[in-house]
Amino acid sequence: MKKKIISIAEFVAKIPNGASIMVGGFMNIGTAEGIIDEMLKTDVKDLTIICNDAGLPGVGVGKLIDAGKVKKLIASHIGLNPIAGQKMTSGEMEVELIPQGTLAERIRSAGAGLGGILTPTGIGTIVQDGKEIIEVDGRKYILENPLKADFAFLLGHVVDKKGNIVYNKTIRNFNPLMATAAECVVVQARKVVEIGELDPDHIITPHIFVDYIVEVSK
Amino acid sequence: MNAKELIARRVAKELKDGDVVNLGIGLPTMVANYVDPSIDITFQSENGMLGLAAAPSKENEDWDLTNAGGKPVTMTTGGVFFDSATSFGIIRGGHVDATVLGSLQVDEEGNIANWIIPGKMVPGMGGAMDLLVGAKKVIVAMQHTSNGEHKILKKCTLPFTAVKEVNMIVTELGVMEITPEGIVLKEIAPGVTIEEVQQATEATLIISENLKEIEI
Repeated sequence: MKKKIISIAEFVAKIPNGASIMVGGFMNIGTAEGIIDEMLKTDVKDLTIICNDAGLPGVGVGKLIDAGKVKKLIASHIGLNPIAGQKMTSGEMEVELIPQGTLAERIRSAGAGLGGILTPTGIGTIVQDGKEIIEVDGRKYILENPLKADFAFLLGHVVDKKGNIVYNKTIRNFNPLMATAAECVVVQARKVVEIGELDPDHIITPHIFVDYIVEVSK
Repeated sequence: MNAKELIARRVAKELKDGDVVNLGIGLPTMVANYVDPSIDITFQSENGMLGLAAAPSKENEDWDLTNAGGKPVTMTTGGVFFDSATSFGIIRGGHVDATVLGSLQVDEEGNIANWIIPGKMVPGMGGAMDLLVGAKKVIVAMQHTSNGEHKILKKCTLPFTAVKEVNMIVTELGVMEITPEGIVLKEIAPGVTIEEVQQATEATLIISENLKEIEI
């Protein structure tokens, strides 16, 4: 069996300039902040970050934005991070805003091998601009394409050495979806346990989606 | 009673026993404080839970148990956590009975604009577009005007968040329902005249035959 546990520094060294990265979390709750902190020590840049929101300045993905490492941010909300707003206005960082449910389904569909999804969300708004509108049973839907990335950073509460993940409360959010939609998936584990210690009925993210485990105790 | 409390108390009366409800950030969050304790409401939070309850005391904060604003909350017995796809499946799939949210503008067709002021403020739509399209009943809870500027319009001037999805508007001046004919003023705040509500509203109000004072 491939050994998945590596050091954070070893993992971060795999990330090239220009990489696209999905980062789990919702207002930084459920974000693998240890991996982000390690990235700040490197000179990796021009990243595309896909995350629910821009978090807060100095917190979570906000740290990558502050450090000028993010070329493009794909998110549903940036309103609580004024630095993200400034960088968008100045043109320093491109921002693509996507309705939250659409962001979730675009990621899920990429991981599930689908050619996108049809959603009524955004019909009649600027969100539909340039997209195909398809009518099903008399209702209009926007065709939204699948969304993939080179990397996904997950936060796990308890992870076994095989890579099975259990979350805790609201840290789950986008993590299980992003686990399925990136080429290389790393989970920051608060606790790593032996294989067999997790109840198979309680595992949310199956091990096959996880490439690397880095341990950072809470 | 201040304007926000009046609005929150009146919106709370719209919620029915057994409803699944999503409250937006800010004024809408206050609604939970005034729900009749004899009815059972399940609050949904789009970051992934059913059974959202009040904020804990400082010493009981759990930063793994948060609301959509990223702030610590508590959960009712029997509550449940899920991922964002399930959360928005609940929202978009018509499993939320009512959503309460604030707004920058609402118009007489039930269109709403509350996610962007081009060139000035671009917070993003977050979960609002999904909630507006998916919730069975959309209640806008907001102050009637903003620094004297009309917010209830003939036609929204800001980019829409959703088209023809608003059912009801509750402000400190009254309760209005969006109908195919236009905005019907159904309840009016104590001490306020119809003329005053109309002056604060760009759209022409239809006055309900059964117009009554807001009961809270």
